Amino acid sequence: MNGVHDMGGMHGMGAVQAEKDEPVFHARWEARTFALNIAMAASGKWNIDTGRHEIELIPAADYLRMSYYEKWFVRLVELLAKTELVSREELDTGHPAPGVQKAKPLVTADHVPALLAAGSVASRQIERSPRFRPGQRVRARNMHPAGHTRLPRYARGKLGTVDRHRGAYVFPDTHAHSLGEQPQHVYSVRFTARELWGDEASPRDAVYIDMWDDYLEPA
Amino acid sequence: MAQAPRHHDHDHEHQEVPSELTLRVKAIESLLVEKGLVDPAALDALIDTYEHKVGPRNGARVVARAWVDPAYKARLLTDATSAIAEFGFSGRQGEHMVVVENTPQVHNLIVCTLCSCYPWPVLGLPPVWYKSAPYRSRAVLDPRGVLREFGLELPENVEVRVWDSTAEVRYLVLPERPMGAEHLSEDELAALVTRDTMVGVGKIEYPKSGDAA
Repeated sequence: MNGVHDMGGMHGMGAVQAEKDEPVFHARWEARTFALNIAMAASGKWNIDTGRHEIELIPAADYLRMSYYEKWFVRLVELLAKTELVSREELDTGHPAPGVQKAKPLVTADHVPALLAAGSVASRQIERSPRFRPGQRVRARNMHPAGHTRLPRYARGKLGTVDRHRGAYVFPDTHAHSLGEQPQHVYSVRFTARELWGDEASPRDAVYIDMWDDYLEPA
Repeated sequence: MAQAPRHHDHDHEHQEVPSELTLRVKAIESLLVEKGLVDPAALDALIDTYEHKVGPRNGARVVARAWVDPAYKARLLTDATSAIAEFGFSGRQGEHMVVVENTPQVHNLIVCTLCSCYPWPVLGLPPVWYKSAPYRSRAVLDPRGVLREFGLELPENVEVRVWDSTAEVRYLVLPERPMGAEHLSEDELAALVTRDTMVGVGKIEYPKSGDAA
């Protein structure tokens, strides 16, 4: 979707402000929100792409106003409700609905190291061979899907050169919408700064973007 | 239980928003605990992991090893995921690692313009600026301007490569080994490596500015 989350190349966001000796979390609610997201994702009721898309669905003005973990909190509540892990009524009252059987925790403390160590491997072995080879000129497709995509707007329609093949990976555009993993090849594609931003850009600089097969066409 | 203490202050002008969030987060947590879905001790363990166990010191060890051991560096640049796993650093948000090397001719910079993808096992959780709109919007459009804000002025003849983490590949910058540090041990070298140098917004300081000349 052409959301405000797709920020590459925008003006008007101000200067980068780095905080010295920044803590990992600035408040306990941030830490709890972070951990709740990880713990509840272990339910398998949503995947990383669904989770990212849920944040993209936050209305643009709110997205820009909210802090990072505030967005994570909104995402958590929305996903709990959408997957019916928690009913809207329970969210309102703050208590389990009467008669609902108590579940078993999805993650216990002793399972945390294994959960984090396992991660979530997104690469897949597929039969199809890569459509493009390193050195080949390609064009990022000019497409504007209303759903989730990882093809940033600033690259659409631009010419690049395949730098290398990264392997085959789960396709976010379908995976985020419960339409399956549909894995396809991913390439690191080099776009010169001038191709992306015009003649004012440095003649030497470049942006490398990881692109799925469906984001590219031969040039 | 009383409200958890916060790092910023009582009189802070934005107090209202976080306090409300403190309550809302607490309410969701209690609901999930009451429903039996969440074990609060698991939350504690998750938080403890990223506050105390996993962070940029991991990445610094990888970088220092690459500086002193050419065979390790070769492995790191061809299969970063496996080479990093030699230290036991692996898993969530580091499943598919790629290391990009800074040289006198090339400077690498990492960003995620679409969200905030970051290599957790080697750098920990990202700082606020990395997740912020200014960095995400400008790192691809004006990397030299962004680097200048971090105090890094790159000569025209250096190529800047920006890596936008749009897929599940996570990037780590291998900074240039500082000149004059040949006598330092691997551990001493690791101490020079900062988070910012591994994201590409900093340069290794040696001797460190605080050190006596």
